[in-house]
Amino acid sequence: MTAVADLRTGRFSLPADRVREIYTLMVRARKLEERMIKMSKSGEGYFWIGGPGEEAFNVCLGLQVKKGQGPDYDYLHLHYRNSATMLAMGMEPIDAMRQMAMRRTDPHSMGRNFVGHFARREWNVLPVSSVIEIQYTMAPGTALVQKRHGGDGISIVVGGDAGTAEGDFASCMIWSSRPGQRLPVLMIVMNNHWGISTAAETQHGEEHIIDRGKPFGIPGEVVDGCDPVASWHAIARAMEYCRRERGPFMLEALVSRLHGHSSSSGAVRVENEPDCVTILEQRMLEAGVCDRTYIAHVHETEEAGIEQALEQVLREPQPDPTDVPRFTYAPSPVDAVYPQDYDDLPGRRRSS
Amino acid sequence: MATLVQAVRMALHYGETHLGVTDIFGEDVGPPLGGVFTATQGLKTAWNSPLDERGIVGTAMGIAYAGGRPVAEIQFCDYGFNTIDLLKVAGNQRWASAGNYEMPLVLMTPSGSGIRGSLYHSHSFESWASRLAGWKIFMPSRPLDAYGLMLSAIVDPNPVLALLPKALLRVRGDELLPGEPEDPEQLKAMIDAPVGDRSAWQPQWPPLEEYFIPLGKARICREGADATVVSYGRTLPLCERAADELWEERGLRFEVIDLRTIFPYDWETIRTSLLKTGRILFVNEDTEVTNFGEHLLRRVVEEHFYDVLAAPRVLQGKHVPGIGLNQIYEQNTVPQLPQIRQAMLELAMEEP
Ligand SMILES: Cc1ncc(C[n+]2csc(CCOP(=O)(O)OP(=O)(O)O)c2C)c(N)n1
Ligand SMILES: [Mg+2]
Repeated sequence: MTAVADLRTGRFSLPADRVREIYTLMVRARKLEERMIKMSKSGEGYFWIGGPGEEAFNVCLGLQVKKGQGPDYDYLHLHYRNSATMLAMGMEPIDAMRQMAMRRTDPHSMGRNFVGHFARREWNVLPVSSVIEIQYTMAPGTALVQKRHGGDGISIVVGGDAGTAEGDFASCMIWSSRPGQRLPVLMIVMNNHWGISTAAETQHGEEHIIDRGKPFGIPGEVVDGCDPVASWHAIARAMEYCRRERGPFMLEALVSRLHGHSSSSGAVRVENEPDCVTILEQRMLEAGVCDRTYIAHVHETEEAGIEQALEQVLREPQPDPTDVPRFTYAPSPVDAVYPQDYDDLPGRRRSS
Repeated sequence: MATLVQAVRMALHYGETHLGVTDIFGEDVGPPLGGVFTATQGLKTAWNSPLDERGIVGTAMGIAYAGGRPVAEIQFCDYGFNTIDLLKVAGNQRWASAGNYEMPLVLMTPSGSGIRGSLYHSHSFESWASRLAGWKIFMPSRPLDAYGLMLSAIVDPNPVLALLPKALLRVRGDELLPGEPEDPEQLKAMIDAPVGDRSAWQPQWPPLEEYFIPLGKARICREGADATVVSYGRTLPLCERAADELWEERGLRFEVIDLRTIFPYDWETIRTSLLKTGRILFVNEDTEVTNFGEHLLRRVVEEHFYDVLAAPRVLQGKHVPGIGLNQIYEQNTVPQLPQIRQAMLELAMEEP
């Protein structure tokens, strides 16, 4: 290996150890998603949706989040393709698989929600919802509290390209750019050019989605989301702007969708879109960041880790029928009927 | 004696000075107007939002996620229909995330007919709202209840919807709120903004006191053993009047119950009264197909079929596309005093 082994894109670079860290997390995310696709076919899980093809950007995002609980830290309003972001933030793959396998131990939803629907209070990861784009209406709310609170915490909201047609995307721009009330919202659009089966160019006349921010004075940038070097720096710039200016910024990442929309469309591997993992491997070899042995080792280690986690998950308990109403209500001192939690209709209590 | 809308305003003032309310917002909620019904005049945390109901609900959720205590307003419930999916998520996010997050927000909105509001200022919302699991919903019929229930809504850590009966907003109660001055003119001079220029106006708040009415507790407004009538909101005072008339003219004693909380409803109070009278009528003005009253009727039929002495019934609004402006339309669409009186009489006189 050469002594100087930075990876470069144009005038930007990342040091070799950072590249290897990103690469390892990308492979971990890929192996996790591939295994979960298998689970959706084998009966170990049911519906699958996730982010193969977005790992480069999503890992770079997760590694740069200011992670913690409360308004001093970043709030994450994610969508359903952010597993790599969560892994980069430190989530164990097993916690994604617990949700995939619908186990009671699933920390995000106790086996209730689809895979990729994360929720983690101690990291400000707000519950992911299947309803496209609604997270964009909530980001100004967390950002408003952050701006008032002081500090440099920001609200990061992520969604797909097709979803930006919803009015909620416009709501986010308007609420984040009110005169004198600009809010630290980082609006991220993961542009894979697809909404299920509908190609972007058949529905969208705008050249770039970020162009829509201009009339609101929201600066933006389009980045190659398959390139970790470009992505890392674009995210760093965008975050820096939001943290310092306490205003909104828009980042559009051009990414691939390597297994189609979801298991509903078969989740078959597509061959005509760039794969950020193999592209990075090629570049690392060419730049001398690592050798083939290292690459093989990462693949083996990560795959083994996932297999081991799956074995563990499959031994864990299913939810119990008495879990059905649990966590409907938080305990309340002023509720005469449900001071603790919901259990059944008023006056008709479950006997167990 | 305060009007219902003054009671709401005083509750919000108490909330922002004693119970941690951080934001009171919505369309025209802040100065200079202080709400189209004056519910938010003079409040220090009140602010105007963009004309965007989805943004209002989403931002309230974001504020709540980040540790604030928002009270948001939808100007008329008629304009809340485009927020239904957000309301669903506000109600299900705690359940969906297995208790990761709470959602301590209050949404208030004027509801129902009675102000000559035509198609889009006369809708009822409680039947729709009753299907939003995870929410609590109340609808007061007098100022003291509005005050006590609003304070409970504020401290309850779950989403609470306050449906304010438009027709009763300017009606005075016959009991003082705790801390309210005796003379209504004095109260008006203290807390109602002057007509015209208000830029220099400051409210003078009376020394209000804490007063919680638990959610899920009905109020028995008239005691009686001949028949039971259950209502809330605009139709409640009409039921009281009909009961008084039927006592004076026919010697019939009706038990009149103000449900106050739509969910969780006070089944114990309904049930106890039904077992005493054997006759029950539910009155509300929402449309008659899949009406919330039908749900209560279902429970009466299923659980008390052999306890009733007359057919249990619901008096409700007609299943028509809207309420027409000409009073001929309104009076023949939603229950008025004569229809309520007639239905109560028939209930009491029915022979098995
Ligand atoms: C409000 C709403 N409408 C429709 C759907 C069904 N749906 C799920 S994903 C999807 C396409 C989303 O495309 P995009 O926003 O580009 O995100 P991507 O899946 O490509 O990452 C649709 C239509 C939904 N979940 N929510
Ligand atoms: Mg897409």
